[in-house]
Amino acid sequence: MPQERIGVYVCHCGSNIAGTVDVEELTAWAGEALRHRGVVVARDYKFMCSSLGQDLIAKDIKEDALTRVVVAACSPHLHEATFRKACADAGMNPYLCELVSIREQVSWVHTDKAAATAKAKAVISGGVERVIHHAPLEPMSVPINPATLVVGGGIAGIQAAMEIADSGFHVYLVEREPSIGGHMAQFDKTFPTLDCAACILTPKMVSIGSHPHITLLTYSEVEQVDGYVGNFNVTVRKKASYVNSDLCTGCSVCEEKCPKSVIDPVFEAGLGYRKAIYRSFPQAVPKFPVIDADNCIYFDTGKCKACEIHCEAGAIDFEQEDQILELNVGNIILATGYDLFDARRETQYGYGRLANVFTSLEFERLTNAAGPTNGNIVLRDGETTPKSVGIIHCVGSRDRKFNNYCSVICCMQSLKFAHLVKERTGAEVFNFYIDMRTAYKEYDEFYQRVLSEGVHFIRGRVAEVTDVSNTPEEEDKLVIQIEDTRIGRQRRIPVDMVILSAALEPRHDSDEVAHQFGISCSVNGWFIEKHPKLDPVATMTEGIYIAGCAQGPKDIPSTVTQGAAAAARVLGRIQQKEMALEPIRAEVTEALCSGCRICNNLCPYTAIVFDEAKEVSVINAALCQGCGTCVAACPSNAISGTQFSNEQVMAQLHGLLMLNIMEPVVS
Amino acid sequence: MQTYSYYPGCALERNAAVYHDSLMAVAESLDLTFTEVADWNCCGATEYITIDLIPAYALVGRNLALAAEQNCNGRSLVAPCSACFLNLKKADHYLAQSPELNRKVNQALAAGGLHYEPGSVHVKHLLEIITEDVGFEKVARAVKRPLFGLKIAPYYGCLIVRPVFDGTFDDAEQPTSMDTLMRTIGAEVVDFPAKAQCCGGHMTQISEAVALHLIHQLLKNAVDHGADVIAAICPMCQLNLDAYQDAVNKHYGTNFHIPILYFTQLLGLAFGFGEATMGIGQELVDARPALANIQVKPLKPVKRKRPSKTELPMPPKLQEVRSCLKNE
Repeated sequence: MPQERIGVYVCHCGSNIAGTVDVEELTAWAGEALRHRGVVVARDYKFMCSSLGQDLIAKDIKEDALTRVVVAACSPHLHEATFRKACADAGMNPYLCELVSIREQVSWVHTDKAAATAKAKAVISGGVERVIHHAPLEPMSVPINPATLVVGGGIAGIQAAMEIADSGFHVYLVEREPSIGGHMAQFDKTFPTLDCAACILTPKMVSIGSHPHITLLTYSEVEQVDGYVGNFNVTVRKKASYVNSDLCTGCSVCEEKCPKSVIDPVFEAGLGYRKAIYRSFPQAVPKFPVIDADNCIYFDTGKCKACEIHCEAGAIDFEQEDQILELNVGNIILATGYDLFDARRETQYGYGRLANVFTSLEFERLTNAAGPTNGNIVLRDGETTPKSVGIIHCVGSRDRKFNNYCSVICCMQSLKFAHLVKERTGAEVFNFYIDMRTAYKEYDEFYQRVLSEGVHFIRGRVAEVTDVSNTPEEEDKLVIQIEDTRIGRQRRIPVDMVILSAALEPRHDSDEVAHQFGISCSVNGWFIEKHPKLDPVATMTEGIYIAGCAQGPKDIPSTVTQGAAAAARVLGRIQQKEMALEPIRAEVTEALCSGCRICNNLCPYTAIVFDEAKEVSVINAALCQGCGTCVAACPSNAISGTQFSNEQVMAQLHGLLMLNIMEPVVS
Repeated sequence: MQTYSYYPGCALERNAAVYHDSLMAVAESLDLTFTEVADWNCCGATEYITIDLIPAYALVGRNLALAAEQNCNGRSLVAPCSACFLNLKKADHYLAQSPELNRKVNQALAAGGLHYEPGSVHVKHLLEIITEDVGFEKVARAVKRPLFGLKIAPYYGCLIVRPVFDGTFDDAEQPTSMDTLMRTIGAEVVDFPAKAQCCGGHMTQISEAVALHLIHQLLKNAVDHGADVIAAICPMCQLNLDAYQDAVNKHYGTNFHIPILYFTQLLGLAFGFGEATMGIGQELVDARPALANIQVKPLKPVKRKRPSKTELPMPPKLQEVRSCLKNE
């Protein structure tokens, strides 16, 4: 092997690295000790990622005729692309540059300067040995289908779909329920401005329904996803609604005439009823009802057909079947939202046992002018106005028994509830909180406003809500037992109504959905973004974006922001028309492949198929994400990963162990 | 035939003798064999642990060590008293968690030629064995004279459901296993929200006013909800609610006279044993007038009044509260 000419660049990262690693010694060492391995220049610099730092590398590549570059700095996640581009700009193939981490894996995790410096030497030594074995690679390019799939028709999905469609590109919006609108459509008021949720949401819903560039697929679910960025094939099941949408006028006579009334656990949060043929709510988009076959008398007994008899348009079609649709899209945005924590699990708060304990979503319906009580705040009997109301924060959130995280919206939501109760009933309102979290534009101002309205705030975690009374004043009341941590005393506060601000949880099927789309969930079950700060709407899978509460609990402004951000990312991709893919791929050496097919089913991206004629496995380079699973599994060593070949990995180990120094490698 | 090691605890030899007698009779009807741990000692009750930790754990540790030593074929250890049950379970749990505690306790046990390996004895409460190991179906088959019409408030007390150690068998706040068991033998179960509250324990001896307050709350709650009888699973609970009813009545100007029976006495009656065999009449508040409420036929189910037009629906009951509690 001809000797490579290698440049080594050590970054101080201000004091991030230089504070724990002796960067001058490290640089001098690399120049001396690794000279026999081809290191011709070693430099250190305060910030290698700055344009001056990059210029240093470019200058050396040109003047010193470098053939390889090793940068010792932060994690490749952060700046690999930066240094590859710097090398490419200077005329070197970017894949001949290796970034080794002496920040995340050295300076940030150690305190002993001498030991950290020694470890950094090993890391650089490994990088140098590895880069010798690098080969120049050319990125692949795939065309981007301009159509986009948005999954979930809540406010996040609506925003994303609208932004893309308004730019002239086609969007398929898939929603599980009969109408778009999501949780926001259930609310009456939105914090902190108290504007009416329906007034700001329904115009957007109508625009979605009538948009020339949007195909709205409600009452539908994604069944299968194949393909890769730029070219996904998606199978969607459009559930039979038993209503012919070409004929239906949306007059709602069928709903009036349907004799079967059932509790609506979705839109009415269990607090109200709907018919067996129903629209989620009067402003539903699309306006067509669906028949819930599980509850329909005709599907159960073969008799009834009240809806059909009264439908003047003749739109009822009991013979309708599920439709399977195949969609081709270039990018996918997942905006699948959240489920509300099942408050019955916190048995000490009595939800499900004590009639006048309500969940936050039930209360949203209670205050909604279009809800079961026409917006009257009343007890479960539907008549009595409460004289005192307790609102409990953090139910199922910040609780090691259930969810460790803060659900973000509950403090503001509870303040909104407190205000509405005060305004509409004049009742005494108690908020039971652990910490008040009102950090956003005009949120704390709203907190101050509610404080000035005379709402009581008691700090502590409520021990229990009980109907066991101690005193005559507690008779027939719900008693809230709490340690008031500001006065250091146990208190019992009798109220008529309790509202539980329940946690936001990942959708119950978020694991399956994540698997279907090839992305990951966090420990708590939220979809994982590519970078928590710098890339919050992309995922580790190219072409799959996430927005809204599917990524973590958030309020409406943040949800809309993410919906728009995901759309902007997709639009950027569409405008590129084609996209370069990392050339880090697995390749089959056909001569070595025994055709055992072990790799075929292991590939998480279904990129490997079996060539029956040649009796070898073949990897689709565009599908392959370079994860290396097949490389490790192949019993005949027939698969190698470009940039992760056995040779490269062994060389790096050799370097890490400093074997290159102790007994120079003969190559 | 299932065999268990049996740790009766001191109370079952004295004031709770009827608990012992009735549970032995019930066990036979359910094909259970309880083999008493030989040479057992007091569990230290609820106080000793707060006074001197190491001897307290050694006291319980000795019982565990004996049970382990005499434990043929790895059977579980049953404790019918809630305080004994909790002490055994707690000691086993903390010995496993703390090597230091384990070392000191075993040092003490070694003086008596004993050794205990934490985790080697599986401690269960009697209620757990009957509701889970035996199961409701088998209990139903053993019923000869259902307790139709008898309104029971199932009282769990605070010790068997809290704290939630691994494998604690019922909900920590609103347990339901005894509710189902009592319905299985034909009884009516009244809503009893105070079912897992404390009976006061030995506070009767330390601060009577505190104890009377707690006992009053329990009696009032059961009576308010229409109970004829309170079913107890712990000698301490039974004693406090039974023996201090007069004191409560004096202190609060009330007139409670609700009998407190062990759940095994009620099971035994349903299984066809006579009142005398089940020790009925030995309680301070005589249970016989209440037991006269038992009917030959089940009560006609109360027709649920039609909900008013305005009434809002309740959330459906959670069938299995425990299954959704995350494993810790």
